[in-house]
Formats: sequence, C-alpha cells, structure tokens
Amino acid sequence: MMFTETPLVRRKLRQERLAKWIFFGMTASMIIPLVLIVGYLVERAWPSLSLSFLVDVPARGMKEGGVWPALVGTIYLVVLSLAVSAPVGVLAAVYLNEYARDNWFNRIINLAVINLAGVPSIVHALFGLGAFVYAARFGYSIISASLTLAIMTLPVIIASTREALASVPRSFREACWNVGATRWQTIKAVVLPNSISGILTGIILQVSRAAGETAPIMFTGAVFFKAVDKGDLFPYGLREQCMALSMHLYTLSTQVPGVKESVPFATAVVLLGSVLVVNATAIILRGYLRSRKKW
Amino acid sequence: MSDSLQPCITTRDLNLWYGKFQALIDVSVTIKEGLITSLIGPSGCGKTTLLRCFNRVNERYGYVTTTGETRILGKNIYDPDVSLIELRKSVGMVFQRPNPLPISVYENVVFGLRIHSERKDLKRSTLDQAVETALTEVGLWNDLKDRLDAKGTSLQLEQQQKLCIARLLPLKPRLILMDEPCSALDVEGTRAIEELMFGLKGRYTIVIVTHNMAQARRASDECIFMLLGEIIEHSRTEELFLKPTHPKTAEYIEGRYG
Repeated sequence: MMFTETPLVRRKLRQERLAKWIFFGMTASMIIPLVLIVGYLVERAWPSLSLSFLVDVPARGMKEGGVWPALVGTIYLVVLSLAVSAPVGVLAAVYLNEYARDNWFNRIINLAVINLAGVPSIVHALFGLGAFVYAARFGYSIISASLTLAIMTLPVIIASTREALASVPRSFREACWNVGATRWQTIKAVVLPNSISGILTGIILQVSRAAGETAPIMFTGAVFFKAVDKGDLFPYGLREQCMALSMHLYTLSTQVPGVKESVPFATAVVLLGSVLVVNATAIILRGYLRSRKKW
Repeated sequence: MSDSLQPCITTRDLNLWYGKFQALIDVSVTIKEGLITSLIGPSGCGKTTLLRCFNRVNERYGYVTTTGETRILGKNIYDPDVSLIELRKSVGMVFQRPNPLPISVYENVVFGLRIHSERKDLKRSTLDQAVETALTEVGLWNDLKDRLDAKGTSLQLEQQQKLCIARLLPLKPRLILMDEPCSALDVEGTRAIEELMFGLKGRYTIVIVTHNMAQARRASDECIFMLLGEIIEHSRTEELFLKPTHPKTAEYIEGRYG
C-alpha cells in the first residue's frame, strides 16, 4: 500500500487540475477580444482598405478618400511628445532611483508621479489648454498638443524606467562603488547599459497611448480638417494645427453625415495597425537587447 | 613578530547608527599592515558594517551616522579633505557573491583604470599590461589568457571571485576588504581563494569577514571577535582559538551559539 493515492491526495490533485485550467482559461480568454476587435474592424473596413487609403487625402467633404493628413499628424504628435517626455522622464527616473534619498521631498515627488499617472486625459487636456495654448501662448498648435501628450505620458515613462533601473542587480552597483566610481560613472558604465531594453520598451509602449488619446489633442491643437497634399511628408509647421487619426476617427463617426461606412473602420485599422507595428518593433528590439546582456 | 608591524587601520571609539539602531558601539581596534585579519561573530554582530566603514561605502546604503575616528595609514578618513573616490581606490572590497560586471574579463580588470583615468592616458599597451599583471597575480592568466573576451559573468564561481580580486589590483590598493568571499564557493574554490590570500598577504593588508571559524583559523594572522556591535576580543588567531580570554569568545568558537 506504499505510495498509493489516498482520497485526500486525489482531491488535492483534482483541485490542482481545476486551478490550472482556470488560470489558463483566463489567460486564453484575453486573446478573444483582441481577435474579435481586429477581425470585426478589418471585415468592416475591407472595402476601403488599400495602400492608396494611406497616402490619399480625404475627398468629397471627408466622405471618401484616405487618411494621409491624419496619419502624418499623428506621427508628428507622437514623435514630438516623446522627444520631450522620454528624455525628461528617463533622467527624472534616474535621479529618483539612483540619487534620491528617502526624505520628505523625494517622497512628495514620488507621490506626485503616481498621482499624475492617474489623472484622466480630459483633465490633461484642460491643463494643456490653459498652460500651453493660453499661458505659454503657443496657441492651438502641434506644439501645444505634443506638450500636453508629453505631460500625459511622462509619469508612466518615469515609472517604467524606474522599474527597469531597479531590475539591475545591486551587486553591479556595489562593484562600481567599491573601486571608487562616482554615481554617474556607475550609471553610465553599468546601470543604463543593463536596463536600456526595459527603458526603451516602456517608452515605446507610450506611443500607443499618445497616438490613441483624443481629448488632449482635441483641446489643444488637432483640427477636423486641414488641406494637405497627397503623400506630403512635411505638411505642418509646428505652430500650426494638424489632423490626427484618433480625432479623424471621431470626426468621421460623429460629425460627418453620409460617410461611406467602411471609411471610419479603415481609419481605425490604420490607427490600430500603426500602433501594433510600433509595439512589435519594441518587442523585437527588447528581445535583441536582452540577448546581448546576460548575467 | 606582529607587534613590530605598522598599524594599517586604527579606529577610536567608532560608533555607527543605521537610523536609530546602533550597529557599532565604541569600536577601538588596530589592524596591522600586511597581515590577514579576520572578523568573526554571529550574524548581525556588525562585522560587515565595520568592514564597510573602512572605505565609507556604508554611506551609499542609506542613512548612517558615524562618530569617532577611523585612521587608515595614519589619515583620518572622516577628515573633510578626504576624497571618497581616492579612498575607495585604495581600499577595495570583495563580496560574498562574486560580482563581476556583465562585460568581458578584460574590461572587468581594467574597469577601475577606466574609471580613474582620462581616456587619452590609457594606451592599449598599458591596459594589456595591467590585465596580464593582475590576472597573473590572482592565478587566472594561464586559464583565461585566450578567453579575455569572455563575459566575466560566464566564468565559474571561483574564477569570478578571483576576477573580482583582480579587478582591484590595477588601482594598487593598500587594503583589500573581503566580505565572506568564500561562502558561495565549494571546498576547492575556498582553498583556492585562501591560497590566493596568502599570496597577496604582505603586499596588501587583508581584512576578511567570515562565518567559517575553520577558515578564520586557517587563513588569518589575527582575529577579531565581535558581538552585538562590540569588539569582544582581538588577538593573534592561534591565541584566540586556543586560549580565548573572554567566556563569550570561548562559547562562540566552541559553537554554542552563532
């Protein structure tokens, strides 16, 4: 009778199997909405989807044509906002993680970062309107909209960068300190090279947020329509307003009567597709950088 | 014989607090130059804290308050004109878990030189020479001379620990602090590191924290027994183990607590 199952063991094993299947089921079920959303969008968008949809400008009162001005506008906004929030966020995170001591001032900063991350985007929009459009006199412009998006993405970049920095083993830092390296030398030689993949991933994931938000740019610099040449890569000046995909999607769906049904869906596919492309790049880049570091 | 040696480290009434917790209490000790001195005592007795005082790296770990005096080679290291960078250059530390950096063996060895020199002053030949000298000194040159490009983290643990010692040598330290350098190693690795310590002795003053009393006995000239932040006994190793003067020391080395 040695080593045979008792009823208690059988019951435990049943629970074990059940638990595993529940966990697996929940994980697998996450795929369903994604597949449904993408499938539904592509199916509805199909009649309009083509390469020319990307590079064409809207035609006949936006009822037809493509999304070129909006696509370029979104790229402008995303690139500019990250050009501001990535350096500021990464440097702030380095300060908080590597230099800051645990005192009241830094605790307040931490609290501010966490709370800033929880501010709804419509509130960011109002802030951007007050701060950049009016107070800083940038007007309704790409600059105002980008800075608003930058403020919105900043706390998340700080948080994700700090996480990446914290994942560098302390023993590496100790090795540096004990040969007399300054903190900056330690950061340069050891901390940043070993956390760069995590930092970049965190930044790139903010691309999708910056590209997708509508409220902050609607208040600060995005317009319904702007006449742009087909395929023009630099149609906007920084002090001008621009079109953007998320805004365009909103306009097509709610403001323009008689739009061909597939056009807003195709716009959504372009928005989703560009975000997926950027995220996929992030994943590949992270994989590459990870494969080069080993400890 | 050891009485004629110059003091390397002298502390007077050294007290240290982590926040409100006092980790070192009135530590007054003289560690002689060129010897291997071991620090023993139960966990939490302040051995590592004391060790970290000697290059003031404690201050990188958060709030510490220190009073008293620590002289290294005659210089009070809490004097305002002391540069922590220069101090840590002269007082290197080896850790419990070998911590080579995730870069090549070569770059690990010259890391200190790169940290402490202008880029233009570092000729390839100087670096090559430094690598060969340091690796020869720790007995790794023959094993690794064809694998200098290998990552430091890819070596065996024993080699990693030797590499960590080699990393200190190009900076010409006077003092090497070792915090349980063998506790991650097997018997062979432990013996190899101890032999290396004997080889380095004389040219460098070595202070080693160890949990392994047999190791303290084998490998050190003098031995310091600590308990609850205080130094209980400090004498030549054979005396401390054969004729401990303090009953607490006797109990500890007999293994009644710790």
